[in-house]
Amino acid sequence: MKSSTRAAMEPSGPLPGEGQNPDPADGLEVKTSELVGRSPGRLAWIRFKRDKVGILCAFTVLGFIVIALAAPLISKLYGKDPYQLYGQDRGLLNSYGTPLKPNGGIDGDFWFGLEPHLGRDVFTLLIYGIRTSLLIALAVTVVAVIIGVLVGLVQGYLGGRTDYFVGRFSDLMLSFPQQLFFIAFTPVIVALFVSPTDDEPTYVRVVALILVQLILGWMTIGRLIRAQVLSLREREFIEAARLSGASGWRIIRKELLPNIWSTVLVQSTLLLPVNVTAEAGLSYLGVGVHNPTPDWGLLFQSGATYYDSDLTFMFFPGIAMVVFVVAFNLLGDSVRDALDPKTVR
Amino acid sequence: MFRFLVRRVLGAMVILLLISMITYFLFFALPSDPALLSCGKQCDPQNVALIRKNLGLNLPIWTQYWHYMVGIFAGRHMPVGDCPAPCFGYSFANQQPVWGTIADSYPTTLTLAVGGAATFLTIGVSLGLISAWRQGTVFDRIASATSLLGQSVQIYFIGPLAILLFSTKLGWLDRGHDVDWAHDAWGSVTGMILPCLVLSVIFWSNYSRQTRSLMVEQLSEDHIRAARAKGMSSRYVFLRYALRGAMATIITIFGVDLSAVLGGAIITEVTFGLHGLGLLSVQAVLRSDLPLEMAVMLIGATLIVVCNIVVDLAYAFIDPRIRLA
Repeated sequence: MKSSTRAAMEPSGPLPGEGQNPDPADGLEVKTSELVGRSPGRLAWIRFKRDKVGILCAFTVLGFIVIALAAPLISKLYGKDPYQLYGQDRGLLNSYGTPLKPNGGIDGDFWFGLEPHLGRDVFTLLIYGIRTSLLIALAVTVVAVIIGVLVGLVQGYLGGRTDYFVGRFSDLMLSFPQQLFFIAFTPVIVALFVSPTDDEPTYVRVVALILVQLILGWMTIGRLIRAQVLSLREREFIEAARLSGASGWRIIRKELLPNIWSTVLVQSTLLLPVNVTAEAGLSYLGVGVHNPTPDWGLLFQSGATYYDSDLTFMFFPGIAMVVFVVAFNLLGDSVRDALDPKTVR
Repeated sequence: MFRFLVRRVLGAMVILLLISMITYFLFFALPSDPALLSCGKQCDPQNVALIRKNLGLNLPIWTQYWHYMVGIFAGRHMPVGDCPAPCFGYSFANQQPVWGTIADSYPTTLTLAVGGAATFLTIGVSLGLISAWRQGTVFDRIASATSLLGQSVQIYFIGPLAILLFSTKLGWLDRGHDVDWAHDAWGSVTGMILPCLVLSVIFWSNYSRQTRSLMVEQLSEDHIRAARAKGMSSRYVFLRYALRGAMATIITIFGVDLSAVLGGAIITEVTFGLHGLGLLSVQAVLRSDLPLEMAVMLIGATLIVVCNIVVDLAYAFIDPRIRLA
């Protein structure tokens, strides 16, 4: 970790290997390009590219996103879907509901085995589950970050009474017990759309889950942005912009936003895995997405029921989640190192 | 100091009042008809009307809220029965006073919270301290890798694994059960070890990372160099100077985490089948038991607010530069 920080602190000269280019014309080109100023984004990209762990994690994260988006395609190629009860239909379960074959019924047909009792295919359940959880969490993260940034900008830039009241409001929201709020208000929001006696469509529940996590999702990033804007507001370049007659909107857009986007990026990278695990936790508790819609958390719910007889069932979902969160956390660290080389961790 | 306390307590009361209002109105005033909820899916209109009358749901919402709040402090008479002082109403699900149900389940939550918090604070801070002391060594690397892994696992994944490994296969630890301090004190201790350990895993990694980076930052400060230059021993400087500087941040995080687990470590309790506040609240939600949900929410919010004030007070003792005014 130390070495990566040090590498990031070096002035970004020519990359190793670039200088020993045998072709003189190319060498010359490198030299001239060095004279051209590099934008902060470009510098961050150069620093990021040197970070091998960061690159690896970026690919892992991309892999998860591709899996989530392409889940229908993958399951079509694989030839199964997450709703069929293969184990029951084909008689692959014993009388206790555990798969007949060892290791949870893993074979050439069912790569990750079968779900005990129902006999659904674990591989498709997992990729569709990742799809549900990741898309919900992505929606929560993106909207929460946007709200947080807007609130923070308004608070920091306007200051005064607006800052005070919005600040107290976010204090209020922070005093709600988070997890309890999620589980208690999801049914309330669902009840807004459908009557408790009717059957609810899945999308209503998804929307309710997104909303409920949004309501308590924006405060942390809002505070960070506010603090940053407060210190930026007093800097000379903002003052200069104001003196030259720039409108408030222009100052926010052209002067403040470019200076906070690194915080935004880092925070979003760190927030996403938290939201994924929170969503999965809600489904695990039975208050998130309901069966038969595949969900990452639901896999752990059935896993917790069957772990004594069939541990293999929980193995792949669990490992996938650990890999996912590790990759995202490391990526967050790398992004932070790349964007802000001064931070020590 | 006194003025600070008064101001903070008043502020906290305003926040709690608002939270109780918001929660009450969302639960009882939205289209989800509480009488219908408490009645279940098969229910005739006559029953609904009766329940509505019994619960006072035919009154205007402000009156209902007022009765509810008065009931918490002074108790109230309800058609279903008499409800003494901390009255949070009667449960929709089992028609018992809510406060009694909560009081029954709280010892388990409290034990889990205190035990878990002590575990993660001890493990996390000491790992962080050793890592900072032995920066760049093998221990440091292993500790930071473990922390990363600990931060990335989920209780609903490692909980069943831990039960299977430590209790079913190895037989070292109890698989986790409710506490009963009055009758079975030793069983209460052994039944809580595994849940506390599992609960601590997701927390301590944060502490070890934070402690390490805070200590590294502190050790590069000028007053540390001055203390070393005076000839103080490294250990004294490390523990008395640097640790003190790092303490304020650690305590802030600890306050937040402690208030969260005191309000019920929901996933841990569900995973281990512990009948604490967390499991109770999940059951309340699944049964649409609004009075119980309401009470758990208020207790959770109160704990958060109180912990925040305590943390701010603790600051003043640790860092004399912070003045409370």
